[in-house]
Amino acid sequence: MIDLENVAYSYGGAELLSDISLKLQPGSFHFLTGPSGAGKTTLLKLCYGALVPTAGYAKLFGRDVREFSRDDIAMARRRIGVVHQDCQFLNHLSVSDNIALPLTVSGRDTLDESANLHELTNWVGLTQRAGALPPELSGGERQRAALARAVIMSPDVVLADEPTGNVDWEMSQRLMRLLIELNRMGKTIMIATHDLALIRAAKTHVQARVLRISNRRLQLAGADL
Amino acid sequence: MSAFLDTVRGLLAGDAQADRVVPPTGFTAWLTLFSAGAMAFLAVFALALSLATSRLADRWGDALARSSTLRISAREGQVLAQTDAALQVLATTPGVASARALDADEQRALLEPWFGPDLPIETLPIPQLIEVVETAEGYDAVGLRLRLAAEVPGAVLDDHTRWRRPLVRAASRLRLLGWVSLVLIGGTVAAMITLAANAALSANAQVIGVLRLVGAQDGYIAQAFVRRFTLRALMGAAVGMVAGCLAVLLLPSTEVGGGFLTGLGFQGWHWLWPLMIPLLAALVAFLATRAAAQRTLRNMS
Repeated sequence: MIDLENVAYSYGGAELLSDISLKLQPGSFHFLTGPSGAGKTTLLKLCYGALVPTAGYAKLFGRDVREFSRDDIAMARRRIGVVHQDCQFLNHLSVSDNIALPLTVSGRDTLDESANLHELTNWVGLTQRAGALPPELSGGERQRAALARAVIMSPDVVLADEPTGNVDWEMSQRLMRLLIELNRMGKTIMIATHDLALIRAAKTHVQARVLRISNRRLQLAGADL
Repeated sequence: MSAFLDTVRGLLAGDAQADRVVPPTGFTAWLTLFSAGAMAFLAVFALALSLATSRLADRWGDALARSSTLRISAREGQVLAQTDAALQVLATTPGVASARALDADEQRALLEPWFGPDLPIETLPIPQLIEVVETAEGYDAVGLRLRLAAEVPGAVLDDHTRWRRPLVRAASRLRLLGWVSLVLIGGTVAAMITLAANAALSANAQVIGVLRLVGAQDGYIAQAFVRRFTLRALMGAAVGMVAGCLAVLLLPSTEVGGGFLTGLGFQGWHWLWPLMIPLLAALVAFLATRAAAQRTLRNMS
């Protein structure tokens, strides 16, 4: 599904990641941890084709990203839902329109998908806020809206970059429950977070692999996690 | 080619959902509308100038090429005899369709702009003028001059060549100037819209980032901008074209204005030409925005 083989990534002459090998199997659950600036976001970007490795191979759905045209990358993104820490919404569109954005850009009629959209909005608990504009949402509401947008195309993989970075513990748990539920539906999940308590709490509900980036390399986390 | 046609089809059909994806951008919208409108207004005048000078060149070329003047300057008492002799010569000259001596009223009318209507033409030693109209084949001017020199010593043939050529050349240059102006106006529209489109694309870099994150292809993103700018240019140019046509209509008429600029404007079916201006402005905007969007999206990747 997503396969990194001996991947390195350098920027401005500095190597940010080195010799990374990672295979995301269908239905697997991964946590990616490490200190701030370790390269978690860079690794996630390599996983959804936003960056191209400077060495090694990154394969998305069996194809090397170097062979991808920009349109190929766009098509791959429809199979990979991404949740950013800062959510990245279009502030002039309502929450509902933002959630439906992947449908809109793929040329699907949102009216045909309205039942699906309503169900999804309800699933993340934003039915009452569907008409609001993104700046009117709280941090937790924004993260849930971003998660709904990431899964509306029913992607194979969901990548989340610090999804609980701006929310309280209770909201973190709520978001995590949604992600675990997605995993139970068969989605592959990878969450980048530096919140070890969150990982420990989640591991009581899901069988997850915890990876740590340390000194530019990826390794399995210790038994304490 | 098929991609281009698809783009045009998508542009015409529109997509209400896609149109809302890019936020309306205030100053670039006004810049596009205003520049397209102003340039369309100017384009109407450039077009009117081109068409009017084209007509002028044709008219001058045709009218002057088909007529000549014979001037009889002779001592008092010989003018009539020499005029008859000249008419005889002209009547037997191949290529001359007709020839007639202007009467006193016609000669007075010719001098009226300079001397007024009450000129006592009969008392003045004014040469007699003969108007010569050529056939389509024309006559041999050199041969005619030789015959006239032998048979009518006081006759001077003026076939208008001397001053016809610079006039026709001037009219042709004016026509060329009009077309060059239209090309420059088109280029200016393209430059202004490219600047506006670049500004809008830069201002919406974050929007483009989000669209790419959720799987939008470059064609989709580009079309959202292209459609907007094309429709704005079409609308602005339509308003400018209507204003330009009204201004041309309000120009002094032939009878009132007279002189060199007589007939500046559109005549008959030429009034349809200005309708092309908004369509051309839209085409220029479409191509300029498409190129700007593709370049920007390529640089953003």
